[in-house]
Amino acid sequence: MLANNNKLLILNIKSIIFILSLIPLCRLFYLGWYDALGANPIEFIERSTGTWALVFLMLSLSMTPFRQWSGINSFIQYRRMLGLFMFFYACLHILTYVWLDHWFDLNEIANDITMHPYILVGFTAFLLTIPLAITSSKAMMKRLGGRWKLLHQFVYLIGILAVFHFLLLVKKDHTEPLVYGAIFFSLIALRIAYRFRRYFKPVVL
Amino acid sequence: MLITKKSDVIPSDITPKEIFENRRTLIKVAGASLVSATGLFTGLINHAANAASNKQKISGFTKTKYGLDEKLTPYDDVTTYNNYYEFGTSKSDPSIESRLFKPSPWTISIEGAVKKNKQIGVEELFKLAPLEERIYRMRCVEGWSMVIPWVGLPLSKLIQWAEPTSNAKYVEFISLSDDRMMPGQRIQVLDWPYVEGLRMDEAMNPLTIMALGMYGEVLPNQNGAPFRLVVPWKYGFKGSKAIVKIRFTETMPKTSWVKAGPNEYGFYANVNPTVDHPRWTQSSERRIGGGLFTPRIKTQMFNGYAEQVGHLYAGMDLIKNF
Repeated sequence: MLANNNKLLILNIKSIIFILSLIPLCRLFYLGWYDALGANPIEFIERSTGTWALVFLMLSLSMTPFRQWSGINSFIQYRRMLGLFMFFYACLHILTYVWLDHWFDLNEIANDITMHPYILVGFTAFLLTIPLAITSSKAMMKRLGGRWKLLHQFVYLIGILAVFHFLLLVKKDHTEPLVYGAIFFSLIALRIAYRFRRYFKPVVL
Repeated sequence: MLITKKSDVIPSDITPKEIFENRRTLIKVAGASLVSATGLFTGLINHAANAASNKQKISGFTKTKYGLDEKLTPYDDVTTYNNYYEFGTSKSDPSIESRLFKPSPWTISIEGAVKKNKQIGVEELFKLAPLEERIYRMRCVEGWSMVIPWVGLPLSKLIQWAEPTSNAKYVEFISLSDDRMMPGQRIQVLDWPYVEGLRMDEAMNPLTIMALGMYGEVLPNQNGAPFRLVVPWKYGFKGSKAIVKIRFTETMPKTSWVKAGPNEYGFYANVNPTVDHPRWTQSSERRIGGGLFTPRIKTQMFNGYAEQVGHLYAGMDLIKNF
């Protein structure tokens, strides 16, 4: 009975996360419909979808430390959905770039990737998310066994590349990408701290 | 304790001041029309009927042949999408953060290699030469562009008035440094004040103008009020805004963006689709004002003004001197 209740709660929370995660997309449609995307709407959509991909990456990476430090194991249940939303917004980000910004001009896109480091870094990060999205199902998890965990360690590299992509793209004011960088490294630090927690004195909260 | 200084301008003050200036203008019109039949700037300002808006119409400027075939970028886009770091690094910042900026009274100091140092007020500047409307393309180094109908006068008229000596090889433009009116300057994103420069022949080229207005109205604060430089064959950052000092020099001025990133921004900064930027494609551009499904357009050498300015760079390596 208790286990069933718990399952229902997790399902409800998952539904809420799912709906909340679609708000950034709905907002873009809303602004687009009312012609309120600003002077450069394509840039607006590129920035918005890129930012949300980064936010969902951070959210998915925060589930493990939340679970570790709170002792509430169910946090891990939301990680996959958050990770897949990161992939969803990253796909929209790339689609906007390839379609709206460059109209599938593969020549120009190829030049952009080879000439501009931030595009190369961002594109690499995107390519790395594809195998993770494909192997995100429970069945794939079982099939890959121990290798699944190894493969999904790539998320840390994706995080570094994504923040670096943002940092390189900014012209002068680096505050925003540095904030994401700080969050990313805090999430890593929390994991490391958890691993070595027995060396710390007990903290009463 | 936090001491906050009350702003010098309270919203209720703005309208009476306009009425006051309007009266002053009327008096000047009366005087000017007695002296001369030619339109002087002071007599040509009509205040917009809408008291809530700060827009002041300029009439009496002559239309020119420049850019008549171009489709103008919507006014709202030109006034809300600005790179003007003195008012913040986001493009939506300047239209909001420049509201308390006061573009008058205003004087420019002329110094350096000149016969003698001089000062000129905005009103006098308006009278130096007949005002012209020039519809120019503006290409930003970030890969977007606009078409803006500027109202202004050729910079050469101001330079002739300034009487530079034969030592003057370059002109340096120094913008206002005032972090009370320009809150973006509280952060050292650039080495304030903003400094730009041109070679003498570039400055004297008939295409180079000092703009005092756009869309037939006095320049909005976020677009560089009270006046700004417009050099249409160069990337937008060459167009200094809110200039307070013009200095004639013998050596190449050290300009703000060159100091900020010497491998990214050059002194010449001519629009050149063949010289790439480490961040942005320079072979094509996005014309602001198009919809979501409007493709980019090809960037032209010297932003399409090669015929008028190409000769200035004859024999120069434009890849090295980017």
